[in-house]
Amino acid sequence: MTQPPKGARRSYGVKAAPYGFLLPAGVLFVLFFALPIGYALWLSFHKVRIKGLGLGKGAKTEVWAGLENYTSALTDSELLGSALRVLGYGAIVVPVMLGLALFFALLLDSERVRARSFARLAIFLPYAVPGVIAAVLWGFLYLPDVSPFLFLLDKFGLPQPDLMDGGPLYLAMSNIAVWGGTGFNMIVIYTALRSLPAEVYEAAKLDGCSELQIALRIKIPMVVPSLVLTFFFSIIATLQVFNEPMTLKPLTNGIPSTWSPLMKVYSDAFTGGNIYAASATAVVLALATFALSFALLRISNRRTTQGATR
Amino acid sequence: MTGLASPAVRKRAPAAGTTPGVPQGPPAPRRTALLPTAALVLGALYCLLPVAWVLVAATKPASDLFSTFTFLPGNGLGDNVSDLTAYREGIYWRWMGNSVLYAGLGAVLSTVVSAFAGYALAVYRFRGREAFFNIMLTGVLMPPVILAIPQYLLMAEADLTDTYASVLLPLVLSPYGVYLGRIYAEAAIPMELVEAGRVDGAGEWRIFLRIAVPMMSPGLVTIFLFQFVAIWNNFLLPFIMLGDDEKFPMTVGLFTLLKQGASQPSLYNLVITGALLAIVPLIALFLVIQRFWSLDLLSGAVKS
Repeated sequence: MTQPPKGARRSYGVKAAPYGFLLPAGVLFVLFFALPIGYALWLSFHKVRIKGLGLGKGAKTEVWAGLENYTSALTDSELLGSALRVLGYGAIVVPVMLGLALFFALLLDSERVRARSFARLAIFLPYAVPGVIAAVLWGFLYLPDVSPFLFLLDKFGLPQPDLMDGGPLYLAMSNIAVWGGTGFNMIVIYTALRSLPAEVYEAAKLDGCSELQIALRIKIPMVVPSLVLTFFFSIIATLQVFNEPMTLKPLTNGIPSTWSPLMKVYSDAFTGGNIYAASATAVVLALATFALSFALLRISNRRTTQGATR
Repeated sequence: MTGLASPAVRKRAPAAGTTPGVPQGPPAPRRTALLPTAALVLGALYCLLPVAWVLVAATKPASDLFSTFTFLPGNGLGDNVSDLTAYREGIYWRWMGNSVLYAGLGAVLSTVVSAFAGYALAVYRFRGREAFFNIMLTGVLMPPVILAIPQYLLMAEADLTDTYASVLLPLVLSPYGVYLGRIYAEAAIPMELVEAGRVDGAGEWRIFLRIAVPMMSPGLVTIFLFQFVAIWNNFLLPFIMLGDDEKFPMTVGLFTLLKQGASQPSLYNLVITGALLAIVPLIALFLVIQRFWSLDLLSGAVKS
């Protein structure tokens, strides 16, 4: 950071200062965001051509591949399978997590509820637990010899499902995400609730509204912007799930190495060694994420504006 | 606007018709709502369940892990910790140290970069301000995977893979940190003070250091914490970049240990004890820090 000159040339200093302050962020953005994205795009349109046996220097050259990598990514049944799995998983995680986050935030905002500061901290706690460790903890709690849930089912004479295969696996995987993500979203919504002016409720209370009515009619409509924000980030995070299935994989045979799209990209790039195909898949994934989140954002915007004019 | 530091001043005024000035709010303004309280406590217990389990499981000797009742404590905690410490000449503690290094140094650098950028975006009017901010925000939406592969390949070109720098550098710039930095700077720094500083002949750098940084400090603590947790929890980047397990952070180290456990179940005890010891520091950090720092700041709350 250069020391801006003083005195007569100060106006020059004021003009140059913001660029100086932005320099570190700008350089890092170019090096670690813009350049890698550009490189990924470049790779996705290329492939390797091998001359002869592919031995020796210059035997492998990178050549233009056009849309070849993209067509093979889009017709790849493994990628399609992983995308469908993650959509199913997301359809459980996002509504349950945000529903619970909103529910707990409303309870925290209610004066008649006790143990609020304890609960706020306890529900937020999983935020401080890395996804890998969360998956380790829950993974053990899903194992037949350890699981208290299966123990209880057994006590009541009910069948014990394999929690890490087939249908129950979706619930088991979703549970880890819900456990880890509810607290942070709850805090975002709770913060929005607290920033609402208290007079709004006082008037409603004087009119004889119950707490439940106030929550449904006043509080929820007023925190819709935070709900949209948390929704947006939850979708993005869900589509990129990687750490949890990767960690659970050694504990079961029910999770293939391409369970989620990100795991597919990883195995293409580092196990299969095809960085070109993996880059194309990553680009497709990024575009799908953007398209899905913007589409959902538009729908929710239309809903909110309709609600406001009603 | 200046109530950032103290969560206490942000409490809503007591409800009408109750005695003002009573500490801890009005004592039972209405009767306790039992069902909602029960629901909230149930939610809290659900969140504590795995933590309670790992606390118990880490006390069990290896032979009891899969045989005694899940929540029945054993007396093997000391043995488990010393086994973990002895494992491969204490590599576990090396992972812990690496995590502290990555998260600590990374978060400090990240906070500095975010403070610079946030201050510039909040205080100055200059060409390209909004464009810069918007481009930065798209970074928030960028899936890490589309970055991770080319980052790895570019690091390989620069001969930097499998180094501390390869994990540290890509995480220094946090678009969310820049966003928070701008919000906190806009809320906390009155332009009149900046102008007054200029009239007094202070340079832009001095104004930033002497006026802006102290006023932004609650926000800067938040950016630090946010980024510390993000790097501490990160798995994908070090997993891709690193090959030498001496440089692994905690997350990657425990993952490899768990993977070996699939063929060597005796390692499971080490994994469980390691998981417990790995979550203790962050939980302790939050318990300590929440006395003088409000969780609300994490979501960019600035209004009082």
